Amino acid sequence: MSDDKTKFDSGQSGPRASRRAVIKGVIASGVAVSAAGYLVYERYGAGGRTAGAVERLVTLNVNGKDRRVDVLPNETLVHTIRYKLGLTGTKLGCDHSECGACTVMVDDVSTYSCSTLTHSVRGRKITTIEGVEGPNGELHRVQKAMIKELGPQCGFCTSGQVVAAVALLKHNPTPTIDEARRGMSGNLCRCGAYDHYLKAVMTASREA
Amino acid sequence: MAYNLIGKDFTPMDVEAKVTGRAKYAEDFRADNMAFCKTLTSPIPHAKIKSIDTSEALKIPGVIGILTADDVPQFPPPALPILTKDEVYYVGDPILAVAADSEQTAAEAIEAIKIEFQQLPHVVDPLESLFPGGPNARTAGNVAAGQIKLQTVKWDAADFAAAGDTKMPMGHAAEEWSYGDVDGGFKNAKVTIEESFVTGTYSHNCMETRTTFAYWQGGKCFLHGSNQSHTAAIANIARYIDIPPENLVFIAEYCGGGFGSKIPGYPNMAIAALMSKKINRPVMHRITRTDEYGIGAARPGFQGYIKMGFRADGKLLAADMYLVQESGPHATAGDFRAAGNALTMMYQPDACKFRSVPVLTNTVPMGAHRGPGENQFAALVEPMFDKAAKQLNIDRIAIRRINAPDNSGKIGKERGPLTSAFQKEALDKAADMFKWSDRKKLSGQKTGNKVIGVGIGQGYHSAGTNGFDGLLRITSDGKLHVHTGIGNLGTYSHSATARVAADLLNCDWENVVIERGDTRKGLPFNSPQAGSLSASTQSRTMYAAAEDMKAKLMDIAAKTHGGQPADYVLGKEKVSHKSDASKSLTFKEAADKAIALGGKYSGKEVPDDLNAITKQSVGMIAGTGLIAAAKDNMPRVGVTPGLSVSMAQIELDTETGKFEIKDMICVADCGTVLHPLGLGHQISGGNVMGIGMVMERHIYDPKLGIPASVGFHQGKLPTYLDVPVEVGWAAVEKPDPQNPIGVKGVGEPVLGSGASAITSAIADALGGHLFNRTPVTPDMIINHLAGRPPAHKPLQVNTV
Repeated sequence: MSDDKTKFDSGQSGPRASRRAVIKGVIASGVAVSAAGYLVYERYGAGGRTAGAVERLVTLNVNGKDRRVDVLPNETLVHTIRYKLGLTGTKLGCDHSECGACTVMVDDVSTYSCSTLTHSVRGRKITTIEGVEGPNGELHRVQKAMIKELGPQCGFCTSGQVVAAVALLKHNPTPTIDEARRGMSGNLCRCGAYDHYLKAVMTASREA
Repeated sequence: MAYNLIGKDFTPMDVEAKVTGRAKYAEDFRADNMAFCKTLTSPIPHAKIKSIDTSEALKIPGVIGILTADDVPQFPPPALPILTKDEVYYVGDPILAVAADSEQTAAEAIEAIKIEFQQLPHVVDPLESLFPGGPNARTAGNVAAGQIKLQTVKWDAADFAAAGDTKMPMGHAAEEWSYGDVDGGFKNAKVTIEESFVTGTYSHNCMETRTTFAYWQGGKCFLHGSNQSHTAAIANIARYIDIPPENLVFIAEYCGGGFGSKIPGYPNMAIAALMSKKINRPVMHRITRTDEYGIGAARPGFQGYIKMGFRADGKLLAADMYLVQESGPHATAGDFRAAGNALTMMYQPDACKFRSVPVLTNTVPMGAHRGPGENQFAALVEPMFDKAAKQLNIDRIAIRRINAPDNSGKIGKERGPLTSAFQKEALDKAADMFKWSDRKKLSGQKTGNKVIGVGIGQGYHSAGTNGFDGLLRITSDGKLHVHTGIGNLGTYSHSATARVAADLLNCDWENVVIERGDTRKGLPFNSPQAGSLSASTQSRTMYAAAEDMKAKLMDIAAKTHGGQPADYVLGKEKVSHKSDASKSLTFKEAADKAIALGGKYSGKEVPDDLNAITKQSVGMIAGTGLIAAAKDNMPRVGVTPGLSVSMAQIELDTETGKFEIKDMICVADCGTVLHPLGLGHQISGGNVMGIGMVMERHIYDPKLGIPASVGFHQGKLPTYLDVPVEVGWAAVEKPDPQNPIGVKGVGEPVLGSGASAITSAIADALGGHLFNRTPVTPDMIINHLAGRPPAHKPLQVNTV
């Protein structure tokens, strides 16, 4: 798990609000507040509110480990992953099921985490980009192929492309190139790196 | 000379971080006690702000502070502001920012703020603004760009009447120039092509929204941002925050796409920094996709007219072009000017006349988008060359070849020189690769409802400049540290050009450390990663610094072993005496000696001509090794053009109006190839974005001024299924004589040639019909094939 908190001393930081205080505040204002501080479902301003909503402690299976985490009723999986579990490899591109930068696997199926409620995946197997590597940190063959073929340009969509490719190859280990491009077509790349990503998928499939 | 590294593939150091998700973009950072910031943006296209009432918002528990235009540095209008003052100019225009303990609370506070607007007339169609009595996008005027001061331009009703329904009206221009005998050229022409056209605008749509995270420590502002460039952005960002550049610590190791919209820092970056200063807490300013649409820029559109007169052999004798530019509300786009230059460069007309008016519109601020001006121009004008070729009964490559620039080519109204141009070679190589003579026979062939079209496109953008600094360091462990202030846009030029220094210093690539992405690492002043520049400018700075390093190594060897510096030669990570190999000095030993010697050897003294940013950076690393710092003072006379040719074969479905790209190739005139894999990546990616220009939309409701293409889906970005499985590519591989390595850039031209190969192929599939418009939509094709008029008026913008 990555945790890149910058230590900051403003010289006037007071005690942080306790979780109880946060929950009381939530009830008082009638607004869904995430303990992580980030707004859930950001596309429509404060529109993500749920009157009186409070977080519930749930267990999620992420990258093979059970993780206990407080989750709001309307919380999306990308929010939980990025802002509560600190797994920032999963990117938020559109928050609207349009780009696939947030792609994770749920029970080995490629899923837009920006449009999946966290409560709906309790008890399911969630795999993020951080869980694609082998237990000893060995890169997945898709990742190796992405390096060999120079898959990414800017890299922002890459986590999603890698996870989508891993999911594709789980279900279809030897796709034709047309099956591969259809399988990957839920993931946008603004740099237009499609042919390099596609080459990597085909290379990885050959090395299975 | 033979190189060990230049021209060979390698794995750039930052690829693994990208494929594992470990690469940290601005939004991936956080801090203890971090506050969140959100902006309130305008819901209407044009209005006076009469009052702002924040009292209810400030009562909400958790709200910490508010920034308005009065709290931030001001820049004279119509410059792009940090927060707009007194007047809003488009839907999505940032008015104020709120900071709170949580982002949700900040969003709640935004909704509790009351603003009283006095709505003003708005305009999203430039011609409407030029019409007598038409609305102005700003109270103070409707025309501005760069040197063209904010002013009001209205044409006469007679100008519009004279043009009729289908021709571009042409009233008073804000800028015009000409060279040669234009009238005489048209008189001598065998064939004259005269067309009016429209190029739609479209958003940059970077995958990473431009989130900024900032905090202050010890009087310095620490800023994590999304930026194409690194040290080239510092002065601007510091200006927006109103601090001396040396007080900015800028961290931007990765940038999730820029395409021209994140070149030199941008005003919105200052909000997190200024808010953090005000509330004395770290501030995260996350940008949503909707926010990004408002502040993330768009490619300006043109409504235009062009007339071109050709000699019997296809030579372009005279050209006359008029461009009205859809500019957005600020003077942020100079595309029209670049398009005029492109006309004089790509086709070398004997005589040329150019007129333009950059018109302000109540749409998002527009700016440079990968080949600004040149590429809209190419997409529209290249198919016109096919039309002229048909009328002259000459080959479509021949008409391009006769007009293509070579080393004697000229550019601009001044007819300035070029450093090199091998476009004729690029055309020949592409024709060979694409088997043009066979391929052109497929043109118009029908199978059921599928018809084949083959297209040729060309692209141009200037692709090199000079005058930046190089900075290298050898440390006591024998490593060569390449300090680079170029950004990380995903072109991998930060590493490809570092290999120039390693090659020149005979250093193993494994012993190179690239220092980049964080000003605390000591980064030299380098060009922006924009304008197809970085490969060219950075190979020059690397060369300059490597020369300085070589000289210092020889100096130190002579000081150590006696004799003159010239008695020593560079070997594998060492220098040795020419006649006595026992007198040698390894990189490790040289680093230790340099630290002991001090002065210029360890960076304690620096050349006067270095940029202040470089001097500061050398100061940070002084005393840590043998340091070479040098300005690129090598001469360069003329414009350095990057050029490309694309060819495409499409299969157009006459029932659905859709087309599939069956094959596509591109050949680049970009000088010496530094990194084939990376170059191929730029070429194919650029061509994909070019396909995008033919598909993408940026639509405003003309009555309400509300955007209808916010987001990727409505913008119609190309997906895996819209592009060919592979874009074949090659390079001309003729070195540019005015770059020490022979390098020119090519990131931008490849978009223009890609776009124009597709518009040319569509016209070809339709028997030569020119839509004179981007995007080309299926309904345009269906209507044309059914003999119906298009659903839009000839010069209408914001069409779907």
